[in-house]
Amino acid sequence: MNRESNVYTIIYSVVMVVIVALGLAFTHQVLSDKQIANENIDKMQQILRSLNIDASADEAQEAFSKLIQNAYLINDQGEKLDGTEGISPDDPAFSTELGDSSAEGMPVYEAEIDGATKYVIPMSGAGLWGSIWGYLAVEAEGSTIYGAEFDHAGETPGLGAEIADTPFKGQFKGKSLFRDGEFRSIAVVKPGRTVANRDYVDGISGGTITSQGVDNMLLESVGEYKSFLENLNAANR
Amino acid sequence: MALLNSKTKAVLLGPLSKNNPVIVQVLGICSALAVTSKLEPSLVMAIAVVLVTAFANVIISLLRNSIPNRIRIIVQLVVVASLVTIVSEVLKAFAYDVNKQLSVFVGLIVTNCILMGRLEAFALGNGPWPSFLDGIGNGLGYGWILVVVGFFRELLGSGTLMDIQVIPESFYEVGYENNGLMMLAPMAILLVACIIWVHRAQNKELQEESN
Repeated sequence: MNRESNVYTIIYSVVMVVIVALGLAFTHQVLSDKQIANENIDKMQQILRSLNIDASADEAQEAFSKLIQNAYLINDQGEKLDGTEGISPDDPAFSTELGDSSAEGMPVYEAEIDGATKYVIPMSGAGLWGSIWGYLAVEAEGSTIYGAEFDHAGETPGLGAEIADTPFKGQFKGKSLFRDGEFRSIAVVKPGRTVANRDYVDGISGGTITSQGVDNMLLESVGEYKSFLENLNAANR
Repeated sequence: MALLNSKTKAVLLGPLSKNNPVIVQVLGICSALAVTSKLEPSLVMAIAVVLVTAFANVIISLLRNSIPNRIRIIVQLVVVASLVTIVSEVLKAFAYDVNKQLSVFVGLIVTNCILMGRLEAFALGNGPWPSFLDGIGNGLGYGWILVVVGFFRELLGSGTLMDIQVIPESFYEVGYENNGLMMLAPMAILLVACIIWVHRAQNKELQEESN
């Protein structure tokens, strides 16, 4: 058959694509269990880091099940949804992603550290090049930050990517989400600037858009949990 | 037939030095700068590129008499992209942390000029065995530069090797400091330039004639 004919070319490409698709689908099938396990461990490590615990991949699972007492989904009013409790990766509280419109509610993780309860809430937003996300650990009274963890899909190394580093994350500890009984979240400002009526941290110099992304995420993503945090506030008054 | 006659030996060993893809042909620089801030990702990247170049070369070489000329670049891309996807899937399953550090650069092996260059220039015109050796040779030629650069950048930039502290604490006490500049991409290109300098000094025939 003529190698340069259109029919040959079309048949050739169809056969090639089918073979490649089958091969890749097979590889993905074989490896997906292992990949999901890795992703779950990575998520556990992130949640632990928001609680200021740096666990290696091997220790993460054990530390997670020891520290995290409970996890569940909440609805818009900040009420716990029945039947969503559980901390294993198969439970809805762990597998639900923020921003998933088909999800029943929003996940909350309850941790116990030195006898005190901390609530860990996930956040997600947009940076300069792609998505950014994180976890915020809040004290039992629902306002003071115990720890924060940020990560990003691909912010600029050395600039925006520094939101994932300790100097930035460390600033959050002790800041308050509420001021005068109002939810104001925490602002990320240009280093040196101040904001009047909210707590703030310094952004990254040269990573302005990423810093703004974190600022937005803290306001909007954490804002979704406003009712939940207010309920905690009220319960502790 | 011996496995290595003089021709195949040249095919395998040439890219390691006199015909090195990075320091002589100056290909694949982008990823060489990006992934070499630590030794471990450099090693993993080197292994990944060796595997992909070798197998892409073999596959294209086997198909070389059947590929329609008009879509040969597309065929090459499909082969390379599938191999890269497989490597990326395997890394996600068995070396998740390294995969995170390499981030987009595993995927970008597809666009590594070394690969397309070898496929076009060698695999399309040679049998599977020489093509395999050519792929291994070029992969290693790329890889050893990465490893050398990664070694110096991690040693001088973080004081560690494979994440194990090697610069003793006492050095820091007398005022030694890690060189933060080493963590940035410009230092990688300076290191590559130093390697080129040493390499050319050793190999006079590579030096351009000056006027």
